[in-house]
Amino acid sequence: MTGRTEPASDMTSPGRWHRRHLLAIEPLSREEILTVLDVAAAMKEVSQRDVKKVPALRGKTVVLLFFEPSTRTRTSFEIAAKRLSADTVSFAVSTSSVSKGETFLDTVLNLQAMAPDAIVVRHRSAGAPYFITNYIDACVINAGDGSHEHPTQALLDAMTVRERLGRLDGLKVAIVGDILHSRVARSNIFLWHKVGSEVWVCGPPTLLPPVFRQWPVRVTYRLEEALEGADVIIVLRLQLERHVSLRFPSIREYFQRYGLTRERLKYAKAGVLIMHPGPMNRGIEIESEVADGPDSVILYQVSNGIAVRMAVLYLLLGGATVP
Amino acid sequence: MTERLLIREGRVVDPTQGLDDFRDILIEDGVIREVAPRLPTFPEAKTLEARGLIVAPGFIDMHVHLREPGEEDKETIETGTRAAAAGGFTAVACMANTTPVNDTAAVTQWILERARTVGIVRVYPVAAVTRGLRGEELTEMGELVDAGAVAFSDDGRPIRSTQVLRCALEYSRMTDRVLIDHCEDPDLTQGGAMNEGYYSSLLGLPGIPAEAEAIAVARDIFLARLTEAPVHVAHVSTRAAVELIRWAKQKGLPVTAEATPHHFTLSDRAVYERPYDTNLKMNPPLRTDDDVTAVVEGLADGTIDAIASDHAPHRLDDKRVEFDLAAFGVIGLETAVALALDRLVHTGRLSLRRMVELFTVGPARILRLPTPTVAPGRPADLTLIDPDQAWTYRVAESFSRSRNSPFDGWTFRGRAVRTIVGGQVVFEVSSQPAG
Repeated sequence: MTGRTEPASDMTSPGRWHRRHLLAIEPLSREEILTVLDVAAAMKEVSQRDVKKVPALRGKTVVLLFFEPSTRTRTSFEIAAKRLSADTVSFAVSTSSVSKGETFLDTVLNLQAMAPDAIVVRHRSAGAPYFITNYIDACVINAGDGSHEHPTQALLDAMTVRERLGRLDGLKVAIVGDILHSRVARSNIFLWHKVGSEVWVCGPPTLLPPVFRQWPVRVTYRLEEALEGADVIIVLRLQLERHVSLRFPSIREYFQRYGLTRERLKYAKAGVLIMHPGPMNRGIEIESEVADGPDSVILYQVSNGIAVRMAVLYLLLGGATVP
Repeated sequence: MTERLLIREGRVVDPTQGLDDFRDILIEDGVIREVAPRLPTFPEAKTLEARGLIVAPGFIDMHVHLREPGEEDKETIETGTRAAAAGGFTAVACMANTTPVNDTAAVTQWILERARTVGIVRVYPVAAVTRGLRGEELTEMGELVDAGAVAFSDDGRPIRSTQVLRCALEYSRMTDRVLIDHCEDPDLTQGGAMNEGYYSSLLGLPGIPAEAEAIAVARDIFLARLTEAPVHVAHVSTRAAVELIRWAKQKGLPVTAEATPHHFTLSDRAVYERPYDTNLKMNPPLRTDDDVTAVVEGLADGTIDAIASDHAPHRLDDKRVEFDLAAFGVIGLETAVALALDRLVHTGRLSLRRMVELFTVGPARILRLPTPTVAPGRPADLTLIDPDQAWTYRVAESFSRSRNSPFDGWTFRGRAVRTIVGGQVVFEVSSQPAG
């Protein structure tokens, strides 16, 4: 999986970070992933202070360009930017000129004219962040593009696991649900493969087509097999708002086969970490007793999301030293 | 006064005559008068020194979208045929998906009249199979052929109903014209943006499976058997389709096929290597490396009868958008011959003679046109090729009105350097820098 290149940063970046954009996990090296996680750990300390703010990105402007509804990710990026003293501007689809028929390109060109330092973009089309990089000088951060990638989600998942289990390698990570349409699954698969853990993917065959056998994962349609001895379980959101209705007969049967329940958890290791990128469909992909249970780290993920996004903004925008 | 042009010392490659040798060619008033190893010079004749060049019968691109009438901001008959001439083509067949659709004799006649006025090369209109390309009612095929249509196609849209296609095939038999089908199962491809496979899964793009083509090709082959009507498969892109067509030909069924330069050059890996480049989005999509190999094998062994560009001009605004929203299609008239030389002939995968066949006799036979040959009495439509000239394609300098080529900046070995239609030089490479 080589071949994709990005222009190297012309900024002075700390440590081993030389990228101008964060578009995907797939082109990152293990070392780059660890750099983000190390910086994120330092950033987490900032969030625990009384005054949760450092001047690292003072004078920088971060645009949050969200073409899809999102509360958690947008808020998380916004808090992250503000804790680094950057100015943030939200550009949400409902309040923008996109609803007046402006093209994506024109929106991007107009933003470019306002000279932001970073653009955080969420878009329904895979590749939209790549498109932006052709027209804009700002750093581009992918906050989820169609069914492609959601790199900061995988990074915050990894941060959570490293905090809890003290390691990233040698683990069994099970990802359950709509693998085909999931950007969270793609980013996580690449990440866990790169850091030396074994990834199992599981879901109904209509949402997990045979092409995934060409990926560095183990594929199973039986949830029990995916959970067997698992250290980490990532439950994906069943995206009922997308066209998945043809692909399984009923939510009832989906829950029967792939819902994460207390009974099924016994296949996993004791102390397994249960994660979900949110928002959850309780009673569909995960039962509430599991989501709220002792093994769930779902809310820690949310906290770590801020730290990871601070780290990414900080690395891309070239803060001089780790605060 | 008689207008004479003498082409001297060219290497004439003419598959129909089995000729591959040096000949002088004398053209008088647009007609080939004499072809001989050595002809005397006429004092008043213009002379064209063709030493080092290949002289072939005029190349035909049987699958082109000229966009006129209706979408003149993408292409016109004038700009499209100028691009054709620059690519070495002396004739093009233009598809019916214009506005209005070429589904009546009036539109066919209008296209022919417009081509006579502003066209640079010959234009052969392809008429629609069904009214408005809606896949429901047949067009008046008899009148369309009388008006000058050379074939029928709803290209761009597969004919969804097998029953409608059966009727169209049966009815078209009275015209002795071929039906060109865009073979694709529309239910399977719905929403797809690129080939379904490893790279679409990496990029998170909805896929168009190879089977969508194979299923439609299989259907068409069996309808050809049922109706005994000729079927031509447009832009074959998959190994499965090549193998099905090979089987059909072995059974003696009236099935022919074409392939495009982008399908014998690029694979879906390119969409990953040039992430989300919309100039790599076309329908059928770029397939796998194995499919590319199969298409080349099909061109070499006679399974595929013609190379056609599927020249599909699009506005910048329809390509400078998100990948899944971008228009399907690429321009290709100016790069088709160069790609065939560079990628197929110079790599030893295709003989020069076979390449010439694929651009001349192949399409002519399918479209029921006179056999292109360099012989006395024939119209002087000739394509002159410098097989070794190195050159770089710059889409900014294209004669097409559109710029949606995936080959911008590519350097090729070999190109058409003169295009002659009816004895007139309609294109020549102005300078020929040494390769």
